[in-house]
Amino acid sequence: MAAPLTLLLLVAVTVRAALFRSSLSELISERVEVVSPLTAWKRVIEGLALLDLGVSPYSGDVFHETPLTIYLFHFLVDYAEVTFMVSVKKNVFRKQKFALEADRYPLDCLELIRSPKEMYYIPLKVAMFYLLNPFTILSCVAKSTCGLNNAIIALFILSTIKGNVLLSAIFLSLATYQSIYPLTLCAPALLYLMQRQYIPVNFRRASFWWFIVQYAFMYLGSLFVIICLSFFLLGSWDYLPSVYGFILSVPDLTPNIGLFWYFFAEMFEHFRLFFLCVFQINVFFYTIPLSIKLKEHPVFLIFMQLAVISIFKSYPTVGDISLYMAFLPVWSHLHRFLRNIFLVSCVLLACSALFPVLWHLWIYAGSANSNFYYAITLLFNVAQILLVSDYFYAFLRREHHLTYGLYLKRKDGSEATLVLK
Amino acid sequence: MGLLSDPNRRRALISLLTRLNTPICIVCYMAGVAWFMGLAFEPFTLRTYMSENAMGSTMVEERFPAGERALATGREFSAHKKRTGGMPVEWLMKTMQAKGLEVFTQRFSRTLPFPDENKERYMVRGTNVYGILRAPRAPRTEALVLSAPCSPGDNNNQAVGLLLGLAEYFRNQIYWAKDIIFLVNEHDLIGMQAWLEGYHHTNTTGMDWSPLQGRGGSIQAALSLELSSDIITSLDLVLEGLNGQLPNLDLANLFYAFCQKIGVLCTIQGKLQRNDWDSVSGYSHAVQTMMLMVMKQASGRPWGDHGLFLRYHIEAATIKGVNSFRQYKTDATTIGRLLEGMYRKLNNLLERLHQSYFFYLMPSLSHFVSIGYYMPAFGLLAVILLLRALDLWVQLSTPPQRTEDGSSPGVLSLLTPLVISHLTGVALYMLPIRFQEMAVEHFPVSETEAVVLTAIAVYTLLSPGTEQGWRVLKLVAVLYLAVLLGCTALINFSLGFILALTLVPVAAFVTPHVPKVLSAFILVILSPACTLLFSVFFFQELQEMPISFQDGWLLFLSVISQGILDHSLYGSLVYPLITLLVYPCWLLFWNILFWN
Repeated sequence: MAAPLTLLLLVAVTVRAALFRSSLSELISERVEVVSPLTAWKRVIEGLALLDLGVSPYSGDVFHETPLTIYLFHFLVDYAEVTFMVSVKKNVFRKQKFALEADRYPLDCLELIRSPKEMYYIPLKVAMFYLLNPFTILSCVAKSTCGLNNAIIALFILSTIKGNVLLSAIFLSLATYQSIYPLTLCAPALLYLMQRQYIPVNFRRASFWWFIVQYAFMYLGSLFVIICLSFFLLGSWDYLPSVYGFILSVPDLTPNIGLFWYFFAEMFEHFRLFFLCVFQINVFFYTIPLSIKLKEHPVFLIFMQLAVISIFKSYPTVGDISLYMAFLPVWSHLHRFLRNIFLVSCVLLACSALFPVLWHLWIYAGSANSNFYYAITLLFNVAQILLVSDYFYAFLRREHHLTYGLYLKRKDGSEATLVLK
Repeated sequence: MGLLSDPNRRRALISLLTRLNTPICIVCYMAGVAWFMGLAFEPFTLRTYMSENAMGSTMVEERFPAGERALATGREFSAHKKRTGGMPVEWLMKTMQAKGLEVFTQRFSRTLPFPDENKERYMVRGTNVYGILRAPRAPRTEALVLSAPCSPGDNNNQAVGLLLGLAEYFRNQIYWAKDIIFLVNEHDLIGMQAWLEGYHHTNTTGMDWSPLQGRGGSIQAALSLELSSDIITSLDLVLEGLNGQLPNLDLANLFYAFCQKIGVLCTIQGKLQRNDWDSVSGYSHAVQTMMLMVMKQASGRPWGDHGLFLRYHIEAATIKGVNSFRQYKTDATTIGRLLEGMYRKLNNLLERLHQSYFFYLMPSLSHFVSIGYYMPAFGLLAVILLLRALDLWVQLSTPPQRTEDGSSPGVLSLLTPLVISHLTGVALYMLPIRFQEMAVEHFPVSETEAVVLTAIAVYTLLSPGTEQGWRVLKLVAVLYLAVLLGCTALINFSLGFILALTLVPVAAFVTPHVPKVLSAFILVILSPACTLLFSVFFFQELQEMPISFQDGWLLFLSVISQGILDHSLYGSLVYPLITLLVYPCWLLFWNILFWN
């Protein structure tokens, strides 16, 4: 395991280093699909410059990172490239360990269980999917801070899987502090930790509520500490509207691969607040139904939540997508039940190729307009949603087969087919 | 989504598609080709019409009187040009200043990567001269450009003369709302590129130029004039620009409307429009005109000095005066009136031309085919690739133990052909220029291609593989080709369609089990290089100047060298596209054919 992993790391680092030094790095760091106003490196440099001048980095609407990030980069700005590569490696190690721990299910049908041999290769596959994913490489070369966010989320997942309640709460609060959306990962974390400690998920039991109170205390406590620390670092509260207000109220409508920009560009002011609420609730809304359905399988719930966040957040980039795509090899045993994988991969591939073409036609050639670019954005997001819902279907179907047997027969003995109603 | 979730209907549809895969592919191919040929048939096209309101309704009375004086100026220009042996900069500056323009010059120099044999230049050094007519009553925010090239020998003297005559006439009018820039550029496209880069403060091609001292506002439209005789019989409109980009159709409509009004014969692709569309010869005439436009657009080179303006979102066209054996002759005053009318209409624009189509094909000057009508032809060809991909996917998923893409033995045998073919593409891209630095003689493109092809042939004949492996490689190659052709067709439809015509049959039929020698022969015939060779011969046929095989071969080599020069001088994308993306894709299919 160590040798292929090291080889993989070497290849990944080489590719990134080569791209860092080439002329493509400036081109990539300006692509709107790879950087967003929240994560762009140009803006971090701008914020650092303002900080050095003694002015609040949040004056002017340029910088939207949290104060801890700015101080982190204050010390690391010369080693920026190395930082990003290290965060990538850290990410990979975390994912690898997580993958080893996941999914030990009781065995019913021989065909559906995974052999230890298959599971042995999963961490390597996860590492490969993350490191060699072109989306990750582009994100790293553009020095988007998305890589750091991904690293924190990966640390959170690792600490949850290991069963460490305190660390899980701390990392989750760090992730929420960076961007609000990982708040929804509270639910799967709680479910997993309760499962590990054999606390039944029952509203009437006192142990259930006691655990929730403990976790909430740790989470809110660390969040409070971090927020106050940020206040003391910069001496003012104006990072709150700059960071969280920016994420929630979406004032910047630069085109990206998300769904917000086109709608809000053409919206009348009168309705803006309403639709803003609708779009933001959409991200958080799926927590409750998914938690109820997947309360026995919190690890899959984490995957679903990550995917939902990446698709519906206000400023997604390809770095967010690569995070949940890195988890796909963990569910490789679901491949036989996936129905649309061919269509989804073709559409994702075609859309990724068409993004720069239509951007060129819109901005440089002037022959197209924003409708064309948004059409590709919509298609891309539809393909992602189809992918996620396909995996969900496959997961549920496998559970069904585990309970009722693999080859179903109708009452008269002929082979039955399962139809999702 | 009943189709995606109902397993019975899905299974039925998929089995239908896999059973009838080959017949459907053949039908789609024939339908695509038939659709494309049918585009030139007149009832399927639309008449052109002016879409921009600001240019439609004003009545303009053209009064340009001084055609003879313009020709005299042209003769003076020619004399001074002969005397200085290049651009007569002082004379031009003096003349333009006398006519009341603000005159500026720009120097530029460029060393070509290798000597250009067509135009016989290697280290180019020159000067552009331009004069700005300031709009008397408007703020200086917008501009129009009229340009004429300073060509060696006896060419385009009358164009410069007419430009100066128009400058003098325009200077006395009070209705101009935009600045007009009269530009005389040296070394045609290189000078134009230097001027445009200086005007827009960009430097994408590594040319050396002095900054522009004077500017107008943002340029709304530009016309380039090519006139080499005192009397003409028809005016030819050239639209194709760099990378197959076309100006807004309204510019062509404007030209056609004025030609009708003034009574000048106008042609496109050098062919006059015919009225008998229902006869075979009439239809073939329209097809020839359309195919000439397709070939010119697919080459990706600018076919007039206007071609470089389009990249900066400036609508531009070239008007060429043609003197051939026709009865009715037009003099310079009439051409001046036509240009005056066009510029007065362009003066009325409130915003850039954007109402009409940017993507179109013209079987004649009064009829056009828009993107909505010609894209289905390409779509039918792309569907073939998707059907094949679906077929392969189904074949790959049916055996009970299929190796997944992630498992180790499959990945390596898939990656090796991909990496090697792309490395070959990179070599083909970089070697011709590197070899030129070492070899001093003629341009060694044929040697390079021969070496590369031999290397690949040797490699592919020795590579091992599994029965499943070639299916996976073919799936990847077919999807790669589909995405590549789709993106190409969006940017340059003609290039995408021509590549699709030859590469889609290759992609569809090639497997390791077809007869090797015959398939290898067909693969070579349909390769990008041979397609280019056939296109060269076809292009000459369409222009009614057929050439012999020897001349054709030399022309083919010069076309390749021109492609490389265009790429390094103006940023044309055809050469990198073919070498870095299309050629590796073709090599993958070669690899599949020789899979063991």
